[in-house]
Amino acid sequence: MAENVKPRVRVPRDAVAGETIVLKTLISHPMESGQRKDSDGNVIPRSIINRFTCSFNGETVIDVTMEPAISTNPYFEFEAVVPESGTFEFTWYDDDGDIYTETKDIAVS
Amino acid sequence: MKTKLAVSVIGVCLALPLGLAVADPNADLVINGEIPITVRTAAPDHVENLRTIYSGWTYRSSETQSLQMDDFENPGMIFVDEAIDAWNTVEGSAGESCASCHGAPEELAGVRAVYPRWNEEAGEVRTMAMQVNDCRTRRMGAEEWAYDKNDMLNMEALLASVSRGYPVNVAIDGPAQSMWELGRELYYTRTGQLELSCANCHEDNYDNNIRADHLSQGMINGFPTYRLKNAKLNGVHSRFRGCVRDTRAETYRVGTEEFIALELYVMSRGNGLSVEGPSVRN
Repeated sequence: MAENVKPRVRVPRDAVAGETIVLKTLISHPMESGQRKDSDGNVIPRSIINRFTCSFNGETVIDVTMEPAISTNPYFEFEAVVPESGTFEFTWYDDDGDIYTETKDIAVS
Repeated sequence: MKTKLAVSVIGVCLALPLGLAVADPNADLVINGEIPITVRTAAPDHVENLRTIYSGWTYRSSETQSLQMDDFENPGMIFVDEAIDAWNTVEGSAGESCASCHGAPEELAGVRAVYPRWNEEAGEVRTMAMQVNDCRTRRMGAEEWAYDKNDMLNMEALLASVSRGYPVNVAIDGPAQSMWELGRELYYTRTGQLELSCANCHEDNYDNNIRADHLSQGMINGFPTYRLKNAKLNGVHSRFRGCVRDTRAETYRVGTEEFIALELYVMSRGNGLSVEGPSVRN
């Protein structure tokens, strides 16, 4: 069970129609690879976020399969073209079944 | 025509890695576009062997530097968020949280800049961590946090973050003077099989490379520091311990009088630089 998982996203509050905007996301998560051993020699079980998605008004912007080699606190920065006002929805899927979501509205003029 | 093309291609290859790795030595640090940070200034009078003091930020690559310019990209701010939760959490027998007495963390803006500091009532020089633990045990009736461990470092990062931009200004005279002198002596004392003092690297050889690492002046205005190599916050005393260990010496433990004295002395060497914790280093 991952503790202190907290998603953060940064989306511009407004944009011009058709403009390419930069989205930044960061989630605090240990991303335990499953390859490490503790001081007693036992394998520390894998516990990572295995998928990250972003959608805009229901349409997929990005869908990422995440692997154990990704570092602690994964950070994604990507671009999207916004045709109209709407809502970005960000979703992280944890190995333990937890799903973390965050939404951000953007006003397009 | 062919030779000309080849030459220009080589030119690009040479220029690129340099451009990526080496930071502009005159770069200025402004956090979130609103907090100007003093990263170089005239050395205080009690630092006899330096003319100008530089924040460790000026020695890092431009990529590492840029991480600290925006709170969203600064991984240290994740721990500040955790500390804000702890700040508002009621703990201990007195039924109080940090917020019950201090209100918002911003109320303590500027505090980080004057620590370590003489505490008249206790008759000792106190670091931020000692003061936090004094609050926890005496006022909250809660358990102490271990020195330089997660909870404490998170709280120190929060307290540093609200003081960013304030010039470091620790008092070195009056009752704190004897501790300061002890710290100064430790700074110039060679230790370990390699017989190195702090000054051998950070005063005599700053700006040179020690293997692949670019030596800074060892200023501690940016602590606690998020290090990319271990992906967590690092405390001043742990950093001291790492340095002394690297001289192949038996080290002092974190939280001991020697390291408190050294923290006071090294902090005073940075009087005039801005508080910038949680900083990002490699």
